Amino acid sequence: MITFSEQQLKVPKLARPVYLVTAGQSKFDRAFPGKRTEELCVDALTQAAELINKTPAELKKYIHTCYYGHFADHFGDQLLGEAVIHDRLGLDPLGTIGVKTGGATGGSTLWEAIKAVASGYSDCTLAMGWERMDEVPTDEGNFLISCAADKDWESPLGHIYTGYYAVMAQKYWKVFGKEEESFRKTLAEIAVKHRGYARFNPYAHGPMKITVEDVLNSPIVAYPLLALDCCLMSVGAACGIVCDEKTAIELTKNTKNKPLRIWVSAGSHTLRPADRRDMDIPLLPNETADQYKDLGERFPGGDRYPGFTGFLAARMAAWYGYRMCGITDPMEDLDVIELHDAFTISDVQTYEDIGLRPYGEGRDFVESGDCYHTNPKTGQPGRLPSNISGGLIGCMHAVGATGIMQVFEIATHLWNRWGEIHGDDKRWKEFDREKPADWTDLQVKDAKRAMAISHAGVGSHVTATILMDPDNLLKEDA
Amino acid sequence: MSMFGQVYTKNNQYKIKGDFHHLTPNQPIRNADDGWKLMGVTNPRDMTYIHSYGGEAIFFESLGQGKLMATRCDNPDCEGHGTVYQPFRIHCMDCLRKCTVFDMTDLAKKSAKIHTFMVCERSGAFNILNTPIKFINVEFEGVDTILMSYLSIGNPEIGMRVVPIFQTLNPTSTILDLSWVPDGTAEKELPEGFSF
Ligand SMILES: [Zn+2]
Repeated sequence: MITFSEQQLKVPKLARPVYLVTAGQSKFDRAFPGKRTEELCVDALTQAAELINKTPAELKKYIHTCYYGHFADHFGDQLLGEAVIHDRLGLDPLGTIGVKTGGATGGSTLWEAIKAVASGYSDCTLAMGWERMDEVPTDEGNFLISCAADKDWESPLGHIYTGYYAVMAQKYWKVFGKEEESFRKTLAEIAVKHRGYARFNPYAHGPMKITVEDVLNSPIVAYPLLALDCCLMSVGAACGIVCDEKTAIELTKNTKNKPLRIWVSAGSHTLRPADRRDMDIPLLPNETADQYKDLGERFPGGDRYPGFTGFLAARMAAWYGYRMCGITDPMEDLDVIELHDAFTISDVQTYEDIGLRPYGEGRDFVESGDCYHTNPKTGQPGRLPSNISGGLIGCMHAVGATGIMQVFEIATHLWNRWGEIHGDDKRWKEFDREKPADWTDLQVKDAKRAMAISHAGVGSHVTATILMDPDNLLKEDA
Repeated sequence: MSMFGQVYTKNNQYKIKGDFHHLTPNQPIRNADDGWKLMGVTNPRDMTYIHSYGGEAIFFESLGQGKLMATRCDNPDCEGHGTVYQPFRIHCMDCLRKCTVFDMTDLAKKSAKIHTFMVCERSGAFNILNTPIKFINVEFEGVDTILMSYLSIGNPEIGMRVVPIFQTLNPTSTILDLSWVPDGTAEKELPEGFSF
């Protein structure tokens, strides 16, 4: 649709407060020839239990319903893979359901898990996501991913999803990037930042100490996208435990985890970008219609919204999410974020969709230094550090797990446990990864509010998961 | 000697003929770093999916006949009344009423322009297009959406005028029967089997 009814613009409301009490994840890697998927899921659930000083068996006693995110059945050649994991986790005969929304599967799984608690159906739910992308040859993997595009209108065109996606990157590059070398360099900075942060994350599978020049010299995938602009393809699992207030207090008693308020909102847009129609920009609380009046003059070709340059699904997830919990300016109200950096350029597009910068000015979020843990220009803490985990480019993209990994990461900042969890020598050894001599604690100081954006492919589904320290809410009745 | 598997419909049922399966045995996967211990097994398999084009069949049939069909919402009560869809949509996105099918070949010849594009070196398994693939998204005057396709000749540029070509000789009955070339391309330069 290109216009909205009043009913469709209802601000979502959870019927009671919902809390994230703990989360966990497995090691992420390109392949696990020695591990079955269920072993990775057990690793994730075990960590979630350990973070609140419980055994998995003790934690499991609280779980009432289970939500499993696993995008690609055909990769694993196993329909109802969710039921296999549910059984192996020993959670039968509890109610369970599988969730599939492409790259946004992790976020959507949390969306389901929180609604079950908010409605009162359950007091404690498990959201678990994973992906297994290492069990087919790469060209067949590309084929299978292309099956997420329209099978009659897109997939036969080369069976290569990157191609369907990259036309949008090209348009953004030409219209808003103006093909400027300086913009190309900004994109490279994002790749350097995310791979660099991944060096301090033992779970991450793509850490690299590289320079902007290394990125610019990496092979062309589809210009302007270079090899080092692109995200990883990973295997791994991540989970979160979501509760009502009473259960949250009980589960976190005498532990280092403070229950965190959690909200999830969602948006969608045409699976085929071809079907996008022009519309007015839905405005976020920190925007006015006036500021976009001359967008097409400042950026010739930029007057079609969302065209091929914006992600309407991300805009709508933010539209609903911000109003739901009282965010009026994400730059002011949030302390740390994880975004879906499938490509460096889509990271920039997302800055605009979620209102960190106005449309057309996303690059400034990087160029100002705001996106860094420590602003390289000022040496001061970044205004809104993003993708400290390394994101999809440096940490992982194990599709069904990705959105939950992001939430695990932002939660560790709000729990003030980032350093403890990522710096643990035992963990580095267990994962057979070498802890760098210059390992740095990237804990974002005094982080109270955070957000993660989970995003599917060309923008068909996007969720926004917002976490807040319950003593630092923005709206009392949220 | 096997023949390609074929499917047709009769009495509203799929009738299946010929050889679909080319069996390859499972093979053990062993660890070269650890005494060739068993790690897993391969599961090779060919599958054949049988798929209905439904209300879009006329679109795909027309490509092989040199015509580009589109649809339009003619429901006077629809807020999107008059919306022209390419990709062809059976039902209007707004009112869900059946759209009117019409031939937009001439409109495409006169007004098609590249909205954006991507030259892609890689492809997935089972690809039959030549690489690099020149993906183009084509906009038309008076059409509300932007069609994805591929350019067969030359190098794409945003704003470039292009014209449709159709695989009218031995059509594949897929979206690949439609391609594009720069405006002004001569008929003799077209890929084999294609015509304007
Ligand atoms: Zn209509």
